[in-house]
Amino acid sequence: MLHYDASSCNGCDIEVLDCLTPKYDLERFGVINTGDPFQADMLLITGGVNSQTESVVKQLYSQMPEPKVVIAVGICACTGGVFKECYNIKGGIDTVIPVDVYVPGCAARPESIIDGVMKAIRILDEKRAAAIKDRR
Amino acid sequence: MMRAGLVIAYILLAPVLGAFLDGLDRVVSARMQRRKGPSVLQPFYDLGKLFSKQLLAVNNVQLLLNLSYLVILMIAGSLLFAGADLLMILFILSTADMFLIMSASSDSSPYANMGAGREMIQVMAYEPLTLLLAVGFYLATGSFDVSVIMQQPKSAVFLMPGLLFGFMFVAAIKFRKSPFDLSTSHHAHQEMVMGITTEMSGANLAIINLGEYYEMVLMLGLFFLFFANKNWQSWIVAAVLCLVIFLLETLWDNVSARLKWKKVLYGCWTVTFVAGGVNLLILMLTH
Repeated sequence: MLHYDASSCNGCDIEVLDCLTPKYDLERFGVINTGDPFQADMLLITGGVNSQTESVVKQLYSQMPEPKVVIAVGICACTGGVFKECYNIKGGIDTVIPVDVYVPGCAARPESIIDGVMKAIRILDEKRAAAIKDRR
Repeated sequence: MMRAGLVIAYILLAPVLGAFLDGLDRVVSARMQRRKGPSVLQPFYDLGKLFSKQLLAVNNVQLLLNLSYLVILMIAGSLLFAGADLLMILFILSTADMFLIMSASSDSSPYANMGAGREMIQVMAYEPLTLLLAVGFYLATGSFDVSVIMQQPKSAVFLMPGLLFGFMFVAAIKFRKSPFDLSTSHHAHQEMVMGITTEMSGANLAIINLGEYYEMVLMLGLFFLFFANKNWQSWIVAAVLCLVIFLLETLWDNVSARLKWKKVLYGCWTVTFVAGGVNLLILMLTH
């Protein structure tokens, strides 16, 4: 899992970090937070996309090998949230790259983030099965 | 016949044992941090996943270099389990590492290049002790041959406790454990993305992981040599002690922070020359 902060207020970021603490422990599902897009299956983005982070989001997405899933965490990443009308905000992550799972909330609760990640794992499995079928 | 069986067993089972130990390491680490941790079989799932991913090759040569790393490690391990020359095994082990360094240097990522540089420093840090280790076994048993070392009436550890301590110290480099995980780490926390493996993905990364599992079993095989003698009972004790040493490395990984390269280099050399050197000196004077 690769976590990127597109323009978040850090509220959701801290909740994402919370998921890795002993209380929530996302690693019990085998998921670890990495900094390397080449080794990531999931791109987890917090905050809406602005004109400066747009290219970074696109690049990170393009550097991840298929199959891959994108999770938008927090209402800003889903739709742009309260910043939607700002002159520099493009809107939710889905204005730039395809998003598979939306986790709303301000800030998103660790429980709902874990729920979103689990849903993303299922979508990832489906995509992998489809890719293997395609290859045959 | 038995040697051929051991070599085949090593080639087939080392990745399984290595992945299982990696899973055990992750669970034990998690428990030390009061977390639940993943399933013990997680590394197997990860390997399967990596082989099913799209291959994003950054250049044409990296896959070849990674495969060379894997194959040369398999050769080194096979020689150990065939009871061949210890010096040869250690030299081939270093050669394998050279391929890893070349592979990391072949891409354009600054993180991978920095990882390659740090890997070279790590090689410099652990290499003196591995050489002293071979000399120590020669002085203690009269041969570099693993098959002869295994047939001693008394375990080598009684003559080489200093070298065992030194080897446990530098083995953290080979197991990629804190405080010596400068060039890359099994864990996600790494201050330069993933170091040598930054630009490796899918099957490319899976090959490196497989190589590390072969290396892990090879290192534990070298620890095994310290405790095993001609009685078969000692082999069971040696296997248990190898597991204990592995878990001690996990403990050390969890209680220490990553060091800077100078401290790693000087720390390893100091331990090598004090623990290894004094042990060797006593062996030379008494044998």
